[in-house]
Order: sequence, then structure tokens, then C-alpha cells
Amino acid sequence: MELTALLVTCLGLMILTFASLYRAIVGPTPADRVVAINVIGTKTVVVLMLIGYIFQEVPYYLDVAIVYALISFLLTIGVARYIERGTIV
Amino acid sequence: MIATVIGIAFLLGGLFFFTAGTVGLLRFPDALTRMHATTKCDTLGAGMVLVGLTFFEGGSMYLVLKVILLIVFLWVTTPAAAHCMARAVYRTQGRDKHAGGN
Repeated sequence: MELTALLVTCLGLMILTFASLYRAIVGPTPADRVVAINVIGTKTVVVLMLIGYIFQEVPYYLDVAIVYALISFLLTIGVARYIERGTIV
Repeated sequence: MIATVIGIAFLLGGLFFFTAGTVGLLRFPDALTRMHATTKCDTLGAGMVLVGLTFFEGGSMYLVLKVILLIVFLWVTTPAAAHCMARAVYRTQGRDKHAGGN
């Protein structure tokens, strides 16, 4: 029952990730694409944690999830500054 | 047993919020409203799924603390990133469209 709930949540999040990818590809402005990629990053973090609990190897996947969250945050900040000012630094 | 049921309820609630955020991302008309929907998805959805994971077997107390650290990190960084993104959208393309009265 526990494994079934983990698998259902994981598969649902993967389907929602591909639905968000539609907005990342089609989206009319760059801001729409960045918002979609930000959501995909958060979903990837959650899917990594779910995979860690499914395979019973939580420590490794937890570290990867924390680093991925950090990289996703830096990507959004960098692209927002680029859209706003034209340069990153 | 009761912990497993509570964890599964949290997982399904988080999946509901992720679904609502993705529907908002696909159907809202412009970038700022899409950002509004996806920020709910990031905070409530990811928070509920990760809290629900801490009820399951497979992690020690130390790992539960690290999962809570990940939740706090997401809750701090996601609104900050959404704020930067919304400011960029407002300053570049939205001033005439979103000013609301000017």
C-alpha cells in the first residue's frame, strides 16, 4: 500500500512534468518558459525524493535533491536578472 | 499503520496541489498569473509531499531533519525566485498592461 502510493505519486508527477514542458516549449514570452522550468525543477526535486524512498536509498537521493534545488534557484535568479537588465553581473 | 495512512493522505494532497498548479500554468493568460499558480504548486505541493514522505519507513531521525531542511530551503527560495521573476516581467513588458489604472 505504501509502495503503491509512492509509485502513483511519482507517475502523476512525471505526467505533470511533461504537461509543464508544453508551456516551456510553446510559451509566448521568455518569462513563461522560465516559470515552467522552475516548476519542472521543483517537481524533479520531489520525484528524486520519491525515488529514494521507493528504492530505500534515501541518503544519496536526498543529497542530490538538495543540490538540485540550489541549482534550480540559481538558474531562476540568473535568468530573471538577464531578462531585467540585459546582463547577469 | 496510522502513520502510513497519514503519509498517504499527505502525498495525495500534495499531488492535488501539483495538479492544480500545472492546470493554472497551462490555462492562465499571461506570465504573472501563471507565476501565481505555480508558486502555490511549489510551496504547498512540494511541502505536503515531502512532509508525507517523513511518515514512511526508510529513514532515520537525521534524514527526517534533512528532509525538513529541504522543505525550509524550498519555502525560502521559491517565493524569492518568483519575486525576482515577477519584477523582471513587470519592468520589461508589463508596465502598460498590468499597471491597473494608468
